[in-house]
Amino acid sequence: MNITNIETIPGKTIVEHHGVVSGSTVRAKHVGRDIMAGFKNVFGGELKGYTELLAESREEAMQRMTEQAKSLGANAIVNVRFSTSSVAAGAAELYVYGTAVSVQ
Amino acid sequence: MIDLIVFLTLIALGYFVGSYLEKRHYQSIREREIQYASLPTIMLKKPLHPENIKESRLVNGSVVISIDYFKRLMATLRNIFGGNVTSYESLVDRARREAILRMKEDAKDADEIINLRLETSSISKNDQKGTIGSVEVLAYGTALKY
Repeated sequence: MNITNIETIPGKTIVEHHGVVSGSTVRAKHVGRDIMAGFKNVFGGELKGYTELLAESREEAMQRMTEQAKSLGANAIVNVRFSTSSVAAGAAELYVYGTAVSVQ
Repeated sequence: MIDLIVFLTLIALGYFVGSYLEKRHYQSIREREIQYASLPTIMLKKPLHPENIKESRLVNGSVVISIDYFKRLMATLRNIFGGNVTSYESLVDRARREAILRMKEDAKDADEIINLRLETSSISKNDQKGTIGSVEVLAYGTALKY
């Protein structure tokens, strides 16, 4: 699966559009990580636990988007966008969407 | 009395450890920015040499950075008088630069990164004060190989 966030796949031509595909995950924070983050809030600096958590969730959202594109018979996704929103206290929604296309 | 001692300790810890960590982080950011200076990153959608691109893929980098206790207090005080909240400016600046650097690390073998996008979101702790404790920055783009 070829994924880009521009309107084309360089070096290839788009032959068919399959519509919008998207994937999302809602993740809550882990208690242990929350306690560590509490400590870090005193000193400042990177919250590695959260960085990893969000990166993993985003990876999963991408996976879901890719599966959806595959089921539509696409072989590439163009113009991908990421978006994050907090839906509830301590939970974040990671959303990724793009256009599924067939390229040659 | 004990409350006051705890409060002052937290401020002192936040100030000394926080500013030390920030200085160290900025130094590492500057070093890596020089190291990756040869990988151009642009916000345009058109590549430099559109004819001979061998490979293209989505790359991303993200980081969550928290503010220290002292700076959070200073920002709360700022809310009374208004003006530039410098303590948050450096926080967001560090997060953005770090996210771009991580994206470049992800695209090590690429020759160019086009259509860079930055996204910032706050991860609120939702405590009684309701202040923003940390920000997440995500940088993503399309890495090209000529």
